[in-house]
Amino acid sequence: MLTKRIIPCIDVDLDEDGNPAVYTGVHFEDLEYTGDPVEMAKAYNESGADEFVFLDITASAEGRETMLDVVRDVADEVFIPLTVGGGIRTTEDIKETLRAGADKVSITTGALERPELINEGARAFGSQCIVISVDARRRFDEGGEHYVEIDGESCWFECTKKGGREGTGIDVLEWAREAESRGAGELFVNSIDKDGTKDGYDLPLTEAVCDAVDTPVIASSGCGGPEHMHEVFTEADADAGLAASIFHFDEHSIAEVKEYLDERDVPVRL
Amino acid sequence: MSTVSASDSSEQALASVVVVDYGLGNLRSVTRGLERAGADVEITDDPEAFADADGVVLPGVGAFREGVENADPLREDLLEIADSGTPLFGICLGMQMLLTTSEEGDNDGESAVQGLDLVPGTNVRFADGQKVPHMGWNELDVRRDHPLVEGVDGRYAYFVHSYYAVPDDADATVATTDYEREFPSIVANEAGNVFGTQFHPEKSGETGLQILRNFVEICSQE
Repeated sequence: MLTKRIIPCIDVDLDEDGNPAVYTGVHFEDLEYTGDPVEMAKAYNESGADEFVFLDITASAEGRETMLDVVRDVADEVFIPLTVGGGIRTTEDIKETLRAGADKVSITTGALERPELINEGARAFGSQCIVISVDARRRFDEGGEHYVEIDGESCWFECTKKGGREGTGIDVLEWAREAESRGAGELFVNSIDKDGTKDGYDLPLTEAVCDAVDTPVIASSGCGGPEHMHEVFTEADADAGLAASIFHFDEHSIAEVKEYLDERDVPVRL
Repeated sequence: MSTVSASDSSEQALASVVVVDYGLGNLRSVTRGLERAGADVEITDDPEAFADADGVVLPGVGAFREGVENADPLREDLLEIADSGTPLFGICLGMQMLLTTSEEGDNDGESAVQGLDLVPGTNVRFADGQKVPHMGWNELDVRRDHPLVEGVDGRYAYFVHSYYAVPDDADATVATTDYEREFPSIVANEAGNVFGTQFHPEKSGETGLQILRNFVEICSQE
């Protein structure tokens, strides 16, 4: 039986000396230093991580080069899937990221601005390596196409760019379907409202996306502990749960999360 | 022709293995995984290197048609390798290419794309309504003996695929996996020297490394 995946997310930034460093933030801001990406990846692998997501949060040429070095180093040490995101805008970017040892690329803004990138990437490298990432924001106004009820209010989800700083007016569910039809092999669903809060994933958002598409969905943002992973797998039917800070700050180990899920009959790789 | 040596000379290699470079994708992980398993690895598209190797790996990500077309110049060389008894190991799309054809290559009303036909059969798509691709860690159920599967029964491997192999001969199935249906996750030809995994051993953690070690062991006996 296919297991639910537990994925630590590692945001790679540059420290003052230009070396790769991991920082963790709240609401995509207030970043705090948490460690060396390669060492973290090795430790998470030991603890039973099913996969990694690395995000280059510098969005700079230097950051990109550093990220590729990190990917090479991790790919040489750790034999589980690596997804790499941040600043990917062309098929050339996809190619060099895969060549460095990534198995998938995660694309956010690059695909919103030029949706054909999804088709091009899927055609050249296969759908399995094209992950479309959305940074969703709850909107309680008239601008959406698909509404869900949250606490008695009608809500839609908007795709944002630049880590939530810029709206697009695009409905997340419409975009998810379009991305799938263009060849995306997986959807990575972040929530601006939940990021860093540790009070649980955006369940209505995750559930709505899972219902809208047939491709696997990675839930992200808001995980504060094993109970939130359990919720997003059993209530929203996500295929994978991603978390950053709870693992980085050693609040919960991956092994502990998996044990919790296994005891509650959620299939995990032990 | 490009030949890149990626060997790690720090240890005595158990076998020399060639990874066929017929296009794009991540060859780094499979190379490092094979090295970790004790092989001396060469990534190449030079058929002469195939003939000298103890074993050949046909990697693969992406679409069947593109894969077959990219590998087409090497078709005769790969068939010769298989015929000579040298181990030939197809991974993911590389495994699907060992079969005769695929529904995937058959799209857009174009004629069927011919695979290598080393393990006769067809690759078919998972049913509508199932989440596709089948992506993630799933269990291996070993059905028959083959040196490749030593020590991996009941363990988990990492899969990413939308099509699965249906060999004509049921005995070609070495292991199966359950994704709303049982499908062959490891196949082998009758002679035993041509085999493939639908999953990625180079991405399947310790279980995957065990399979790569088994492969290197098979090669070392050549």
